[in-house]
Amino acid sequence: MKKLKKSAINSLISYGIVILAFIVCQLTINAGTMSRSLKGQMIPICVYIVMAVSLNLVVGISGELSLGHAGFMSVGAFSGAIFSAWLLEAFHIESTVIRLILSMLAGGLFAGIAGVLIGIPVLRLRGDYLAIVTLAFGEIIRNVMNCLYFSLDEGRLHVSFNNPVLPGKLIVNGPTGATVVQKLSTFPMGFALILFTLFVVLNLTNSRSGRAIMATRDNRIAAEAMGINVTKYKMMAFVTAAALAGMAGALYGLNSSTVDPAKFKFDTSILVLVFVVLGGIGNIWGSIIAAALLTVLPELLRAFSNYRMLVYAIVLILVMLATNNPMIRSLSDRLFHRKKPAARAQKGGASE
Amino acid sequence: MVSFLRFLINGISLGSVYAIIALGYTMVYGIAKMLNFAHGDVIMVGAYIAFCAISYLSLPPLLAVLCAMAVCTALGIIIEGLAYRPLRQASKLAVLITAIGVSYLLQNSAQLIWSANPKVFPSILNFGAIKLFDGSLVITSQTIITIAANIVIMLVLTMFTGKTKMGKAMRAVSEDKGAAELMGINVNRTISVTFAIGSALAAIAGVLLCSAYPTLQPTTGSMPGIKAFTAAVFGGIGSIPGAMLGGLLLGLIEILGKAYVSTELGDAIVFAVLIVVLLFKPAGLLGKPMREKV
Amino acid sequence: MTQSTGKKRLLDTKMVPAPSQGIIPERDLLSTPVLEARHLGIEFGGLKAVEDFNLIIGKTEIAGLIGPNGAGKTTVFNLLTKVYQPTMGTILVNGKDTAGMNTVQANKLGIARTFQNIRLFSNMTVEENVRIGLHNQVKYGMFTGIFRLPGYWKGEKRQHEKAMELLSLFDMQDMASSRAGSLPYGAQRRLEIVRALATNPSLLLLDEPAAGMNPHETEELMHNIIKIRDRFQIAIMLIEHDMNLVMGICEGICVLNYGRIIAKGTADEIQANPVVIEAYLGKKKEG
Repeated sequence: MKKLKKSAINSLISYGIVILAFIVCQLTINAGTMSRSLKGQMIPICVYIVMAVSLNLVVGISGELSLGHAGFMSVGAFSGAIFSAWLLEAFHIESTVIRLILSMLAGGLFAGIAGVLIGIPVLRLRGDYLAIVTLAFGEIIRNVMNCLYFSLDEGRLHVSFNNPVLPGKLIVNGPTGATVVQKLSTFPMGFALILFTLFVVLNLTNSRSGRAIMATRDNRIAAEAMGINVTKYKMMAFVTAAALAGMAGALYGLNSSTVDPAKFKFDTSILVLVFVVLGGIGNIWGSIIAAALLTVLPELLRAFSNYRMLVYAIVLILVMLATNNPMIRSLSDRLFHRKKPAARAQKGGASE
Repeated sequence: MVSFLRFLINGISLGSVYAIIALGYTMVYGIAKMLNFAHGDVIMVGAYIAFCAISYLSLPPLLAVLCAMAVCTALGIIIEGLAYRPLRQASKLAVLITAIGVSYLLQNSAQLIWSANPKVFPSILNFGAIKLFDGSLVITSQTIITIAANIVIMLVLTMFTGKTKMGKAMRAVSEDKGAAELMGINVNRTISVTFAIGSALAAIAGVLLCSAYPTLQPTTGSMPGIKAFTAAVFGGIGSIPGAMLGGLLLGLIEILGKAYVSTELGDAIVFAVLIVVLLFKPAGLLGKPMREKV
Repeated sequence: MTQSTGKKRLLDTKMVPAPSQGIIPERDLLSTPVLEARHLGIEFGGLKAVEDFNLIIGKTEIAGLIGPNGAGKTTVFNLLTKVYQPTMGTILVNGKDTAGMNTVQANKLGIARTFQNIRLFSNMTVEENVRIGLHNQVKYGMFTGIFRLPGYWKGEKRQHEKAMELLSLFDMQDMASSRAGSLPYGAQRRLEIVRALATNPSLLLLDEPAAGMNPHETEELMHNIIKIRDRFQIAIMLIEHDMNLVMGICEGICVLNYGRIIAKGTADEIQANPVVIEAYLGKKKEG
């Protein structure tokens, strides 16, 4: 029981810090001290935090490298955009909050379904092969999205493949994406999604299923010998992460008037993976901090103008070299010689 | 029928380019067990160097290619030495992220040097064409050179890994790094040489690719890079004939898929076939399945 | 069944030489054997690693599997637990054919094992390791876990109690919250046994449980193995190189060489068997 209480306290502290950060941000926004560009970054920061935490569930907690996480974000963004338009037109739901919440749920649901469909073949593979297949699926999703057309005609939704001629108003237009999205996302909702994600991921890892997931990561053969159905638990982590990414995608999609399918390229998957790795694989807090900082970093590097992506690349390489340098490692181990529980997954990781 | 032949030849030609790129991926993976995501960008650098050598220095095409190969070889060795070698003991993911960092670095450097505006790559491989079926089937010299280059490279590489001392060292290192080191093989040097060869091949691939699709941009290498990587996995990563086979099949599937199924879904078809193959042969077409010892 | 509590008594048990498949045919004669392997074998690319392996283990038997290095002992364990699919023969667990089953299903049927090269979840705590063993014993679903429904609190409490109870078998309760990987070697081996026991098996396979232990620890282990058998009323089969342990507690012993059974019988019979002596001494001469 002692351990239970400890993990509960840890979770409460996590929620507390997030709420505190939210209040600080909200206050600076209200006081008008936050710069315009940074204010515009608040929702993307929430989106990328959720993306990173959910990807960490796959990469860190279940130990499988996924290179197609942006695919689920794209499914969520498009289903969210379509769903919100449909809700307005078919049911005349005017409340933006209700529509946003329902759209995020729809985004999560459809991304979750995509996660199941993709997980069935993907999770039969292992290691690098699994990674390359997630990459392939990410690209397939993007490719298919490029060919999908949706229209709304008096509350009825029409879909077509590769054929822009549809009755009513076209809302998703193949390669140009969704063009007439109503901006619904708000910073408080983004923050609520972060809390929800933390709630799901932290509670999952501290439960029977979470332990089974981590067991399959740490030692697949021993986990099987203990009667744990490895595929089932890998699937659980994968689909949960996909659904969360879908919700983040819906939040992202409803944050501007257009959703461009090109936004969810391989690069975006990689970007989120970078957050996870820099934050420490399996370390949820690390993911949050890395996602927030690295989303803002290109803005902060604005002074370097043309050189900013170059600086970003160099920073990335140097950080990787430094964090893996044996000397710096042993030094930091000595400084923080009590290993934090969240960092313990670092060794497991997707390296197997 | 003639159009099918045309697609077939185009497919083999594109597949040959993929195969040459895939060789670089597969050799590096086989020996260093890492996914070198920056490989696609080395192709781009190779193409830019060749472009500069021809357009600004007016070098003859062959010399320009050699020039590109030399620069890329050096680049490969430098990247390996500075970015990857310090991470030899690190986790696979750390190396992967570093490779992604290197990829960003190369792309953004290229953008600063050559700007993001696409350059038109000069057609240096066009010396004429063979016309068949009363001119309805045209095989350009470019196609022939691409396919020939592919065959020559494969033969040379097979001989190199099979017969030379360095090639044998490579195979030893890829089997078991530790044991190879104990047998007196200089592992670091072997890995450097592998990167050098892979990068030189990338330069050739860059020139061949840009001769066929003459728009040259800093992002030119990414998509062919990803596809060639797919090809390497497809054929069984780590296997040289596998990379060849995977590359050729991938090129064929892409061209035929675009021609007969759907232009928009060309890439999706390629990746879907990859997935199906991996489900039935989890180690790729020619890869050896690995069994974990219990 | 009840007469076998001490080491001395075990050696006195009357044995019948082995024309039949069982090592000790009279034991638990009336009940279905826990394990029955018939003509079991596996080929790796033409090499027969194990061949024509026949064995019956009774409900509460302690059996030993010995043989020179490379004889195929661990392969037999891998076959029984379905890590490898046998290419020949059948395995019956509690009378059920395991053909086509995987490791997970074999475990659910009642086979648990430890590993020669310890396979703990070394970054998790000792208690968490045991809780993973309890995975199929104390269940609640994913949503119950995420939304902390009453089933979660009940399940967690039950898992904690059971884990502590099992750990107390080996006096390991105090280590419950230490990291499994930080335990001394002997304790890690004990934890593997506890974890395997947590899956509620009817047959426990121990792969070199005494490897790396000092004589005192080995002595303790021997008592513990018998204690486990008597308390849980399960069968135990062990691979071991420590002959004191094998001869001391195994009621029946099966000797493997080059993938084939060369002898079966009691400790005394095995020790006197010329074929066994040759297999072992032949090896000694070489190395």
